[in-house]
Amino acid sequence: MHDLQPLLATHPFFAGLEPTTLALVAGCASNVKFDAGQRVFKEGEEANQFYIVRQGRIAVEAFSPTHGPLVIQTVEEGDILGWSWLVAPYKWRFDAHALDLTRAIALDGKCLREKCETDHDLGYELLKRFANVIGERLDATRLQLLDLYAAPAGRLK
Amino acid sequence: MGDPARPSPLLTTQGLSDLLAALVSDGYTLIGPTVRDGAIVTDEIEGLGDLPRGVSDEQAPGHYSLSRRADDALFGNVVGPHSWKRFLHPPAVRLLGAVRNGKGFAISPPDGTPPPRYAFVGARPCDLAAIARQDRVFLGGPFVDPTYRAIREGVFVVAVQCGEARASCFCASAGTGPRTESGFDVALTELIAPARSPEYLAEAGTDRGAALLTKVGGREATPEDLESAAAASRRAEGQMTRRLETEGLREALAASLESPRWEEIAKRCLSCANCTMVCPTCFCTTVEDTTDLTGDHAERWRRWDSCFTMDFSYIHGGSIRRSAASRYRQWLTHKLSTWWDQFGTSGCVGCGRCITWCPVGIDLTEEAAALRKTARPA
Amino acid sequence: MTSGAAVVGEDRPAAPNGADPMRPRPYRVQRIEHETSDTFTMHLVPEVGHATFPFRPGQFNMLYAPGVGEVPISISGDPSLPQVLVHTTRAVGAVTKALGRLEKGGALGVRGPFGTAWPVEEAEGSDVVFVAGGIGLAPLRPALHHVLEHRGRYGRVVLLYGTRTPEDILYAKQLRKWRAELDLDVHVTVDRATRDWRGNVGVVTTLISRVPFEARQTVALVCGPEVMMRFTVLELERRGVSADRIHVSLERNMKCAVGLCGHCQIGPLFVCRDGPVFPHARVRDLVSVREV
Repeated sequence: MHDLQPLLATHPFFAGLEPTTLALVAGCASNVKFDAGQRVFKEGEEANQFYIVRQGRIAVEAFSPTHGPLVIQTVEEGDILGWSWLVAPYKWRFDAHALDLTRAIALDGKCLREKCETDHDLGYELLKRFANVIGERLDATRLQLLDLYAAPAGRLK
Repeated sequence: MGDPARPSPLLTTQGLSDLLAALVSDGYTLIGPTVRDGAIVTDEIEGLGDLPRGVSDEQAPGHYSLSRRADDALFGNVVGPHSWKRFLHPPAVRLLGAVRNGKGFAISPPDGTPPPRYAFVGARPCDLAAIARQDRVFLGGPFVDPTYRAIREGVFVVAVQCGEARASCFCASAGTGPRTESGFDVALTELIAPARSPEYLAEAGTDRGAALLTKVGGREATPEDLESAAAASRRAEGQMTRRLETEGLREALAASLESPRWEEIAKRCLSCANCTMVCPTCFCTTVEDTTDLTGDHAERWRRWDSCFTMDFSYIHGGSIRRSAASRYRQWLTHKLSTWWDQFGTSGCVGCGRCITWCPVGIDLTEEAAALRKTARPA
Repeated sequence: MTSGAAVVGEDRPAAPNGADPMRPRPYRVQRIEHETSDTFTMHLVPEVGHATFPFRPGQFNMLYAPGVGEVPISISGDPSLPQVLVHTTRAVGAVTKALGRLEKGGALGVRGPFGTAWPVEEAEGSDVVFVAGGIGLAPLRPALHHVLEHRGRYGRVVLLYGTRTPEDILYAKQLRKWRAELDLDVHVTVDRATRDWRGNVGVVTTLISRVPFEARQTVALVCGPEVMMRFTVLELERRGVSADRIHVSLERNMKCAVGLCGHCQIGPLFVCRDGPVFPHARVRDLVSVREV
């Protein structure tokens, strides 16, 4: 397996991280590939990874008995997918499926969790970055909640 | 005082009556102050006999009453609840009618009846300023209001310079009175002396005003008469206790949009819209659609509207200004601040009607002063 | 008595002298298309003997349903083909519902065109980013027509379009054609979807950081619900687009459309005449105050 550190160093998510810290992260990274339709993770399963999408598109879904899978969000190139690995009980809350052929870097959350416990500087750097991801996700979710386009939209009546 | 090339006669009460009669014979409909329902209103009059002879008015925040004067002055009072916008910018105007024909409809051609020709008798300096401001709104922008223009073009103005002020008045600080040098065809100053009938110093502001005065005659005014007229203006100015500090007010209000004062005003304001109805410059309207029972005849009517109503700012889904505080803010900031941006003047002429006719006596001058204190530094 | 200060809108040309701006012209429905369950597009032509009129992208007309009332509706057709007036609207109030019930040949009144335009000429030489939310695509479509008809004058042209569900996407066929033939970079996202939908799910603001455009050389045209526009502007500014190059179209109550009825005021602005299209820099301080 070739070294993923140079690739991670170019991603905005890791911008500003010390090379030694980044090396710790890279030690937990691997390349993954999902075919179109392939499951990435499933609700209730242990959440032991997060993904940096490099190509393709993944849908995050909630399953409804009457409607089947409902897509809540899609992520694509450059996006970060998954933060359940970071908070107890470390289980996925939703399903995720690749919509197209998707390539990503998987980061082993279990491995990272252990490193963070012993290296709080790493823990703080990662949490800062995930707080951003979670915040953006929350903003987007709130806007979706408003159901803005259901009320007559921003045009002159 | 006046144009020396034009006549400045002194008219007796009879002379004034003749002047009004001459206007009628010239085809004008006289509109002037007259007593009705316990107030001096502005309405169609037949002549001098309909004017409020010997009637005085008392005005204060939230208060208006009439009383008897000791003399026979015709204009010994100030502005009442009506302003001249009732005639220039009528409360209800039929915009158009439409008649269904098959799948379509035909819009009626413009009403061919000639517009009225009004002679405004007894318009005060603050009223003339208000007319000038509405002229700017309806005639001075990219779009002209044809109804206003048609009526306005037919108006002859017989103004009256104020010789007294009431507690609501603040025209001096608003820069519009108590004496005006423009905006009229003829201006009268009522001269009152003990145990004598009032007399009227008449000045012409236009050639047609001068022509009318020449026709009516009257004796030539003496230097004493001119001094009496000037004294009347000084008296009115001296009686004025209320004041609007206008210097920097536009900017101060623009910087006060988040002031806590608006909430304080809202605790008293009933959102009744009285201030907008009596204000001589408020111009907002809405449009109402009506049909007969068959639906074959439809009409569109334009009616006065007020920014104090909830519907005023309604867009589908809700109103923009839901709180009373925001509606008062819209009114006051428009009047004293954004009017400048839109029309190059203040929207307030200092007539004091909004103070007198506010059921809870909210005083625009007091609120402006209070808001100035809470303005954010620019 | 006037101050030296500039008066809002004094640079505008005067309306034709003597014309009554409140009198509608008679039009007929040539064709009506149902876009979604509650949204339709009307193609209107003037009654025989009445002339058509040119318009600029972003302007609106007042549409009159006799006996019911009038509504301001943005023009959504091609400005190079003004012979047919195209309006897309949503049946939400009494007037728009009455308009929606019109059939081919049905009669209505039209006043217009009113208001300011999207700055399509000013944007020449720049990248152009359109951000539409819901029916907000309709007022942007004339600007899309213009830009794509003069495609060579612009850099990258991007449309970011958010709707509620895939069923709510307007002008889907045309967007596909434009994407295929005219180098329009289209990104559609929906708030909710089932697995059948192969596209993006999420809010339109999240697209802004993903698409390629040169922020400092970009003019952004934004139309949608006011909340959506607010968050869109934040994202565009974060990306580096300056507030004077972001243009928004505002909605307020309008009765006259000519600045005489007072309803549509926001601070010193009459949205009907000074807008509806404004540079964000001009309205930022006003729309940030509640209930103005």
